[in-house]
Amino acid sequence: MTSARLLPLVTFAALLLGWEALVQLQNIPPYVLPAPSRILMALREDWGLVSAALLVTLKITALALILATSIGVALAIVFAQWSWLERTFFPIAVILQVTPIIAIAPLLLIYLDADTAVLACAFLVAFFPILSNTALGLSSTDHNLRDLFDLYGASRWQQMHLLRLPSALPYFLGGLRIAGGLALIGAIAAEIAAGASGQGAGLAYRIVEAGYRLNIPRMFAALVLISVAGIAIWLVLELVTDQLLKRWHDSARDRSR
Amino acid sequence: MSLLSLKQIGKTFANGTRALDQLDLTVARGEFISLLGPSGCGKSTALRLMAGLEQPDSGSLTWGETKPDIGFVFQDPTLMPWANVFDNVFLPLRLKGVARADALPKIMDALTRVGLGDFAQSFPRELSGGMKMRASIARALVLRPALLLMDEPFAALDEITRLKLNRDLLELQAELGMTVIFVTHSVYESAYLSSRICVFSNRPGRIIETIEVGPSGPRGEEFRLTSAYLETCQRASAALENAMERA
Repeated sequence: MTSARLLPLVTFAALLLGWEALVQLQNIPPYVLPAPSRILMALREDWGLVSAALLVTLKITALALILATSIGVALAIVFAQWSWLERTFFPIAVILQVTPIIAIAPLLLIYLDADTAVLACAFLVAFFPILSNTALGLSSTDHNLRDLFDLYGASRWQQMHLLRLPSALPYFLGGLRIAGGLALIGAIAAEIAAGASGQGAGLAYRIVEAGYRLNIPRMFAALVLISVAGIAIWLVLELVTDQLLKRWHDSARDRSR
Repeated sequence: MSLLSLKQIGKTFANGTRALDQLDLTVARGEFISLLGPSGCGKSTALRLMAGLEQPDSGSLTWGETKPDIGFVFQDPTLMPWANVFDNVFLPLRLKGVARADALPKIMDALTRVGLGDFAQSFPRELSGGMKMRASIARALVLRPALLLMDEPFAALDEITRLKLNRDLLELQAELGMTVIFVTHSVYESAYLSSRICVFSNRPGRIIETIEVGPSGPRGEEFRLTSAYLETCQRASAALENAMERA
């Protein structure tokens, strides 16, 4: 392993050790600040509870991301074909984007049942980067290639699927990576606002609940899982991006060579 | 019978730039015509008009019999980066609805002619500048066009590659019996390649001088040492200088 890879790992380990040492030496009680070892213990003890909650949150995130991708891409294609539709509806998408999701969530919770509202929130935040990036990509085709397609009498559909969609792919994937993280954030924020308990409760609710009970180690345990989930989503999307672009796009050049 | 004739063509862009003014040009089958002129003189616009990518504001553009299949080569290779060389060359056929299996021999023929027979599966970024341009030419040839339009195709290449591609281009023209219209700002390139050189004035462009070079066909490197070649260069240079002064 090269030192470039080693350095962040060593730093992270040192940070955890310092934390552990601080808590042990100062005798800080776990309800104030649990040591990493205590968090690990909580993670093991509460695994059944928090892993079920993690699964709930991940399912919502994945579903929101799938919905955001299909609707975002479909809408971007429609906008690219009929620009008056884009002028009409894009501002509404912008309004939805700039209004903080945590402010919309209580309203959605009135109109929808808790599960649907959480899904809607996660969808709303994930949807915009996909729509706007894909729309940008669809209108960023090489003008010489457009001329070439015109010269050979390409139909609109041929232009779209042979030229504009492939050109938009790197833009779309950039949007997807942002959307992956945002979908998780949206789901967590909405779960906190919903405060739904019981069987179907997600990770965010477990954090809130553990907070009420002053079960600080469990709060940290749930937090660790959320971070890990976020990192996992990012890595998966990174891998997908690399696989799709490695043979032709400059962004993947350094890693593939 | 002429292949194409342009009469009194005028073209003004939306931003008010007058690109062409009273352009007259008649193209016969089998000619290799260079449009030589200073940068921004409208010679590329003339080429785009012939390709049907722009419409003239005034004047007429008429085809001899029917409009032939046209190949177009841009200054940049203009390959689709996400597709390999094979699929890039397949594109014109694909857009015309030809199935992949039927297209295969035509594609391989075009690739072999430009010397890329072994690179069908390569992606554009794996190729050198000269090879990308060869792939671009193969794409233009795959429909076996009667007319090949080229817009400063070799301007960005190094000198050695450029000389080689110049020679190969003349051979391809002879083999395939094409008419070529070639936009360039290089006096030497036009003198080597052309059967006829049309020198453009500064914008708004029109032809201020026509230089007959000789019958088109393959020319060896020794052609560059002949007195006819040197004389053509001198005449073309003088005409080009004259064109710049009219600015």
